[in-house]
Amino acid sequence: MTFEKPHISVQGLNVQIGDNHILKDINIDIPNKKVTSIIGPSGCGKTTLLKTFNRLLDNTSDVKITGKVLVDGENIYDPNIEITHIRKKMGLLSQRPYPLPMSIYDNIAYGPRIHGSPKKKDLDILVEEQLKNVGLWEEVKDRLNAPATRLSIGQQQRLCLARGLAVGPEMILGDESTSALDPLSTHIIEDLFMKLKEKYSIVLVTHILRQAARVSDYIIFVYMGKIIEYGPAEQILKNPQEQLTKEYVKGYIV
Amino acid sequence: MLLFTVASVSLVFIIGIGLYYKSIPILNKLSWGQLLGSSVWKPFKGLFGFFPYIMGTLWVTGIAIVIALPLCILTSLYIVEYAPSRLRRFLMPFVNLLSGIPPVIFGVWGVLFIIPLIQTYIAPHFVEYSTGYSVLAGGIVLAVMIFPLIVSIVNEVLRTMPQELKDASLALGATKWETIKKVILRKALPGIIAATVLAISRAFGETIAVLMVCGNNAVVPHSVFDTGYPLPALIANNYGDMMSIPLYDSALMFAALLLFIIILLFNIISRVILTRLERRMAG
Repeated sequence: MTFEKPHISVQGLNVQIGDNHILKDINIDIPNKKVTSIIGPSGCGKTTLLKTFNRLLDNTSDVKITGKVLVDGENIYDPNIEITHIRKKMGLLSQRPYPLPMSIYDNIAYGPRIHGSPKKKDLDILVEEQLKNVGLWEEVKDRLNAPATRLSIGQQQRLCLARGLAVGPEMILGDESTSALDPLSTHIIEDLFMKLKEKYSIVLVTHILRQAARVSDYIIFVYMGKIIEYGPAEQILKNPQEQLTKEYVKGYIV
Repeated sequence: MLLFTVASVSLVFIIGIGLYYKSIPILNKLSWGQLLGSSVWKPFKGLFGFFPYIMGTLWVTGIAIVIALPLCILTSLYIVEYAPSRLRRFLMPFVNLLSGIPPVIFGVWGVLFIIPLIQTYIAPHFVEYSTGYSVLAGGIVLAVMIFPLIVSIVNEVLRTMPQELKDASLALGATKWETIKKVILRKALPGIIAATVLAISRAFGETIAVLMVCGNNAVVPHSVFDTGYPLPALIANNYGDMMSIPLYDSALMFAALLLFIIILLFNIISRVILTRLERRMAG
């Protein structure tokens, strides 16, 4: 798949951790303001691929990364790049919610406070706006100073999403973001993705095919560290071209 | 097993009661207020003021913590967060080795290195004259002794921090140092406090090394270069001697009781603080 103006463009990416060659010669383009899902069996490298987009692999020991990842045309593996500037562009939503050890308010304000010294009044507006964005405002407006850990898991995950949006990213990276949630919370998060794709490019890692079917515009199928097939969601799920994709979609490979 | 558990727990009470029982003679003679508040220590005249000893203990312990805590936290952060894994595996055994060195060796080290260091290099900048034997010397020696204890606990606490929590902060564009300062240390606070409490409890009771470098002069210290006389040193130096003096035996038992109470109170207070903190953070 090629796009005229891809948001992320991965070129010849290889990732090795120790002796383990996790990603092998990856070349893909991620489109702007669409939902792109990365699917594949456990351990195929889909989370690793996602983490190369905001350089979260940097902290892994013995990691070796070669190739290029261009975000808005800028190679983020260029040694002269400022990592914080890249990461700020992408909100991360991990498997389980990890609220920061502080209040609900401070969780949202954390990012903006790091990137500047916003006025209290502006912060108040921002916090309210972001909490409304994820549909959490009504539930927490009376206890903004309570510790974030007091929220339910589903609420925490929405808080984490709002926290990511508060730094004004262009993109949302979701790493099996609903796998720890109950069906209702999953539904809420999926709806949010559908709503947010108007403003953000979204990349999701998921192992739930139904979820990929519900939210994706494009699907990337990864198997044993290689891209097997990449195309519009409909095509990958209903009419895959590759034998491996066919088997995976039918549930023969898990 | 229950029996052993009960036996060991009740030992604490038995020791407490025993010490109190042995202190009764002096408590009959002098009030708690006189014993704790007075600075006059003249056993021959039957005057036993424990205030200098209590202050000596607090000064030495306080200095030790002030010196050790920042060093320990920075060391732990380096070992866990920054050191390459090969260096980390190499560093930890050394830190643990420190805790295996007998206190008397720390005492000798204090006398041979710290005392001259304070006497010739540090003290002249601040006071007219100091022999080097001081609460500062005691504090430094003690700081080195509690260092491995704090470092090993804080290390454990830092190592259990989930990588995802760090990632969450990094993904928002925070630098590693911002993440450590604002997220990791905050999350680790209860653990750091617990480590400090253990270290302080240990420091209160440390005897021989402190006794060798503190000067053991029964006056209330007013600066870090003054001599001090902590409670454990008082007991260790005098128990068995001068038992012919009336009430002396009882006075030393009272010193032990005081130490016991200080440590007990300290542990209770810190436990309360810790539970509150944990509740506030965990919700």
